[in-house]
Amino acid sequence: MRANDGVDLDVSWRQVHALLGENGAGKSTLMNIVYGLLRPDSGEILFDGKPVDLHSPLDAIRLGIGMVHQHFMLIPPLTVAENIVLGHEVANRGVMDPTESSHKVEQLSERFGLQVDPRERIAELSVGLQQRVEILKALYRGARLLILDEPTAVLTPQEIEGLFTIVRALVAEGKAVIFITHKLAEVSEVADVITVMRRGRVVGTTTPKESKSADLARMMVGRTVLLRVEKSPAKPGAQVLKVDNLVVLDDRRHVAVDNLSLDVRVGEIFGVAGVEGNGQNELIDALMGLRSIRAGKVQVDGREISNLSTHARLKGGLGLIPPDRHRMGVVLELSVADNLVLDDFDHPPFARWLVRQFNAIRDYAVKLIKTFDIRLQSPDQPVGSLSGGNQQKLVVARQLGTLPKLLIAGQPTRGVDVGSIEFIHRQIVSERDRGLAVLLVSSELDEVLSLSDRIGVLYRGRIVAVLDAEGADRDRIGLLMAGAS
Amino acid sequence: MAGWRRWLLSAVLVPLVSVICGFAVGAIAIVAAGADPLMAYSALFAGAFTNHNALAETLVSTTPYVLLGLAVAIGFRAGLFNIGAEGQFYIGSLSGVFVAYSIRGLPGIVEVPLAMIAGMLGGALWASIAGALKARFGAHEVITTIMLNYVSFLVASYLVDTPGLMLARNVSTPRTPDIDPGAVLPNLLPGSRLHLGFVLALIAVPIVWFLIERTTIGFRLRAVGFNQNAARAAGMSVGRTIVLTMALSGALAGAAGIVQILGVNFHMTDTVAAGYGFDAIAVALLARSNPWGVLPAALLFGALHNGASFMQLETQVSADLISIVQASVIIFVAAPAIVGWLFRLRRAPTETVAITQREVDAPTT
Repeated sequence: MRANDGVDLDVSWRQVHALLGENGAGKSTLMNIVYGLLRPDSGEILFDGKPVDLHSPLDAIRLGIGMVHQHFMLIPPLTVAENIVLGHEVANRGVMDPTESSHKVEQLSERFGLQVDPRERIAELSVGLQQRVEILKALYRGARLLILDEPTAVLTPQEIEGLFTIVRALVAEGKAVIFITHKLAEVSEVADVITVMRRGRVVGTTTPKESKSADLARMMVGRTVLLRVEKSPAKPGAQVLKVDNLVVLDDRRHVAVDNLSLDVRVGEIFGVAGVEGNGQNELIDALMGLRSIRAGKVQVDGREISNLSTHARLKGGLGLIPPDRHRMGVVLELSVADNLVLDDFDHPPFARWLVRQFNAIRDYAVKLIKTFDIRLQSPDQPVGSLSGGNQQKLVVARQLGTLPKLLIAGQPTRGVDVGSIEFIHRQIVSERDRGLAVLLVSSELDEVLSLSDRIGVLYRGRIVAVLDAEGADRDRIGLLMAGAS
Repeated sequence: MAGWRRWLLSAVLVPLVSVICGFAVGAIAIVAAGADPLMAYSALFAGAFTNHNALAETLVSTTPYVLLGLAVAIGFRAGLFNIGAEGQFYIGSLSGVFVAYSIRGLPGIVEVPLAMIAGMLGGALWASIAGALKARFGAHEVITTIMLNYVSFLVASYLVDTPGLMLARNVSTPRTPDIDPGAVLPNLLPGSRLHLGFVLALIAVPIVWFLIERTTIGFRLRAVGFNQNAARAAGMSVGRTIVLTMALSGALAGAAGIVQILGVNFHMTDTVAAGYGFDAIAVALLARSNPWGVLPAALLFGALHNGASFMQLETQVSADLISIVQASVIIFVAAPAIVGWLFRLRRAPTETVAITQREVDAPTT
């Protein structure tokens, strides 16, 4: 496979250069080449006008190229200062000098206006502050070109604003920033120049002035895209899910879901908006019986289900799209057909006595593959060989294939291409119109806004507000997500 | 096509090359010891195969390796590392031999199955302890099965050495009474020790394969082995699957124990297993946890086991050399990258490699 094919990219000093493209468009591969993690087969990289040969990130750092990865490379039990100087420790004959490190870090953060306490432990910091530490780390190593890989994925709208301010300040200092993203709105706001990539190729380079969001979307996907989900107003019916004063602990036994109450009715999509890590995963686990609840009630159709096993809940009409596909949604090593019956394999027609009935499984799989437009060579190929979008369509197919009455959809379109996003959204809306109750839990605010009929804002394990999606104010939700009352 | 080639590489070529490399490392050790590896290996081969009695003895040694190899392999498929096959072998032997010497005068068709069931049940229950500890408290099975091994060795010594328990009367070395003649597994080849247990082990292979690949139990087991979280989210009970897998694994190990008693030893001493259960881990690794692969792997280990003493007799190369060969084989199997590197057959494990491979087709565009 060619991840990058004949790519040309020019980045200038004092510029924010956005690299826009879908998942799998080759953005990260390109940046990994620039950062020395991968080697190109052909072509050259010029830095300051001179051709450079990058064998490892060390070469890149020496030249002044820094990268903030999507998943932070920090050591949680160590302090901010320790993390920043890591690999370039201030030491006297092997003995580290914490005061001097802290001092250096303070100077640096003052110079760039990146306030952070050098003595604080990383584990104690919010995600936004951790990202700030990552940026400081790159600057400490003398970065003049800073690559930010999907930096806004884990931030609140307000934190995103803060990041943009930092980015602008860095550019004003004379540095260059490459901003990798798949979100159109951000590009128009922060970028000076935009390069759009699709399937490993550069589709075009433009500026926010020349190209509006709709144009960029077309460049990104290769056809016209509906930016909003088309749906008729909901006709909600009887209450399906009712959660009262739910309390759930996380793995560290801290309260993650705190006295949460919500309800979802027949034929409506209830969207839970919130920054990742505010109890979303624990809420979903508790509703599915994957995590015990500390207090509170969970009722489906008026029946208490707190004591039922996951198996019994699935049989009782619950469906789950897990937020983390690879961890919980699919078994990558098993075949597509096996995965399509993963929660429904041990009774007729898929099994007789203890013997699995492969013809019935295959027929059912072929049917779902067709209905849900899963692109593959054979139902017998392992799921790991499918693209992310097709894997996710498989998960959606499995859940909707059992005709549930309540669908819990966690991050249903994470890491999925635009075509699949549209498809999955349409499927969810059309099932809603047939009377499915949907609890949508997503940290993509745009997804919650466009798909939901009602929106609950989740902050620190509580639903702090419930709003009608019709005419909901994006900024207000953003503030609520950040904890403003 | 690519998938088929990859299967060939991982399931056949890697184990085969590993075995060859293992013998090569062994040859170095023989040279270092001042002997001729060619002579040593030909003596080993002769001791394992060349006359009909040697072959029969090799098959006798192969029998427990097949059953124990299947026991460890089935654990691997569920992501469980059962180091306790040796202990389950002991407990299976103990419970089986008790039934086999207690019952008297029934026909073989009744006595053999009764003793077999007792042995398999003993192994299954013993292994389930480790399974339950893992399912309930998250105790790692590697630790618990190792500990349970010690317990089983000591339980066996205690029962076998104590008058009034399982110790036979009027014997010079501690052992249980002989089993009832009706419980003895029929001999397959007059003049040799080859017994019906070998056939039973052969039959176990397709049964275990069918269980893993074709039944809902096997599906559950594999799903849990690959991805516990996805299995749990799909409504499978991970804990129950773990206990069941350990029980199946223990039943196979127990079967190996009681088959050895009914076919070879006819009573139990406190050193009956002699490390079969540990070698079985190597057998399962070499077989890549595939039930069919267990057959050739067990045959190899049976041949090494059986040919070693003849080699020592003929060439004065210590029989312990076989341990070196076995250990090197396992190192090569466990690190398939070495074999791949030897053959320049590296699959693209990282993107870096994929990119270098693409250099080949770059000029065509």
